[in-house]
Amino acid sequence: MPEHYAADNEPADSEPGTDEPTPDIGPDPGTPVGTDLAKALLELDDVTLRFGGVTALDGVSLNINEGEILGLIGPNGAGKTTCFNVMTGVYQPTSGDVRFRGVRLGRRQRFQITRLGIARTFQNIRLFPEMTALENVMVGADARHNTSVVGALLRLPRHRREEREGRDRALELLRFVGIERRADEAARNLPYGDQRRLEIARAMATGPQLLCLDEPAAGFNPSEKSALMDLIRKIRDQGYTVLLIEHDMRLVMGVTDRIVVLEFGRKIAEGLPEDIRTNPAVIAAYLGVPDDAA
Amino acid sequence: MTTSNGGPRQRMNQRLRGYDDRRAGWARSIRTRWHALPRPVRWLGLLALVVVLYLLPIIQPPILTTPDSDFGSVLFDAALFALVAIGLNVVIGMAGLLDLGYVGFYAVGAYSVAVFGSPNSSLGTGYPWLVCVPIAIALSMLAGVILGGPTLRLRGDYLAIVTLGFGEIVRLTAVNSNALGAAAGITGIPHPPGKRPDGTDIFSILNINAFYWLALTVIFIVVFGVRNLENSRVGRSWLAIREDEDAAELMGVPTFRFKLWAFAIGAAIGGLSGSLFAGRQGFINPDSFLLQFSILFVAAVVLGGAGNLLGVVTGAVVIAYLPERFRGFADYRIFVFGLALIIVMIFRPQGIIPNRRRATELAVRTEEVAEGA
Repeated sequence: MPEHYAADNEPADSEPGTDEPTPDIGPDPGTPVGTDLAKALLELDDVTLRFGGVTALDGVSLNINEGEILGLIGPNGAGKTTCFNVMTGVYQPTSGDVRFRGVRLGRRQRFQITRLGIARTFQNIRLFPEMTALENVMVGADARHNTSVVGALLRLPRHRREEREGRDRALELLRFVGIERRADEAARNLPYGDQRRLEIARAMATGPQLLCLDEPAAGFNPSEKSALMDLIRKIRDQGYTVLLIEHDMRLVMGVTDRIVVLEFGRKIAEGLPEDIRTNPAVIAAYLGVPDDAA
Repeated sequence: MTTSNGGPRQRMNQRLRGYDDRRAGWARSIRTRWHALPRPVRWLGLLALVVVLYLLPIIQPPILTTPDSDFGSVLFDAALFALVAIGLNVVIGMAGLLDLGYVGFYAVGAYSVAVFGSPNSSLGTGYPWLVCVPIAIALSMLAGVILGGPTLRLRGDYLAIVTLGFGEIVRLTAVNSNALGAAAGITGIPHPPGKRPDGTDIFSILNINAFYWLALTVIFIVVFGVRNLENSRVGRSWLAIREDEDAAELMGVPTFRFKLWAFAIGAAIGGLSGSLFAGRQGFINPDSFLLQFSILFVAAVVLGGAGNLLGVVTGAVVIAYLPERFRGFADYRIFVFGLALIIVMIFRPQGIIPNRRRATELAVRTEEVAEGA
């Protein structure tokens, strides 16, 4: 990765004294990562979101720690995607706070939040269909660029430099997710699996610290799923923190460091994958509780 | 970019692209072939085209020329239309914002030149044409920002209706404002400067060709600028907004700002064409800025192929030129014109020269780079 992006990731606008140790890339998978030990990258603090009479999120608090892969699971309609939308500024929470690296997201606009370092993919793929794969990723890379309209009009040096950088970075990312040979094809002509990968590349191009993947394995067959698990681990090893919404339990259990379970907009469990697997509340949420036991 | 290493997969891709090409029809296969030509050949080809374009009013090609009206002034009108279409294409074709009041910016440009340039206007400053043009561009850009600021939060049909209203407001303001000459209009608008050796003006009613050449030159400059924008962060942002505005915003594109830029740049180009128009006519009144022109402008963009520069220019030329070519049919010419539009839209709903899908283009370029390296 070019140094330029690494440099941009420094929190320029927040207070400088976040005295974190030199970022060793990714936590050791052997050590359990607890909220107390690791540094929280994103915090949801008692977030409630109501649409009219419907409470979509009900006092959800959770932390995403730097360098981990956090799984967000729950039955359909539990509020997982809504949770995403609150983190990426699509919705403003009715009450409660979302903090990224200790800074409140507040009323920041969506593109500003992306530039702050949170990027996402979409549950139902939302690429720019008529643009090529490369251009799609370059749009993401542009989030780190500052060429003005005048600069582009006159092809000033910064424009040329940023174009070159953006293109190189986009190609690098396409290679990273394994679809570089599709670079020049229109996104809509890509096979389904490649479109999913392209979305990931586009999100990574914005230079985030937190990458939110919304059901990236939806519609995948088992071998594609295991390839995706490898990719997610690879992404984490690059120093990204990953938030993963996923339905496929094998995938979630296989790849995540920690899991948060939502049901009806409330957090019902949080912990290591093996604990979640045996947690009675989670089992009840997924399988239902027999009438006589309730 | 040195990605190609010519494996079987590469060849398969090429074959697939070839297949895609055939389906997309002649426009794209010509494009592919064009880009496959060596660079000097392409430059020579372009140069030849430019020379032919400049010489058109002198050659008066037998079939193309208009028997019933002055070919030079038809060419000027077509060039003006093309310039307008290039500007509107930024708004509609690239950023995907449907603007039905584009004639409003054209009018702002023309009236700016009239008010600042004519000694008979309310200001009576009588500035030369060359001074008026930057004023016209600035004012129409400002009009674009003023219109866009509050309305660009609207989408699709709603935006179309608001812009439709804007075009009419500009015209009605001109009709009802004495400062703008009301319905009678403004006379004595200056022509572009320049004298021949014998002391006569280069730009005069007697010499329409000069206006055509000026308009053509302006088109080349504007196309150069717009192409630069298209192949930059700005152009990509516009395309992304057109494709999926929400996704664009979540990928870090400040969508509102770029939509406003699209509006402002489109308006500036519209104003520029308006100032050319005023400089040629020497006289304007509100009847030159009727709603039907907005519709024809949009028709030019859609007919030619929204998003493709060459396409919209072609569309504009067709729309400006056909009615003049068929003037011999007298009252039937508009009917023939309408019929021609319908036929084109049935057989090429995506426009005469559809919006690029740069797949093949880029593929060819990649190979070029690989070969050159």
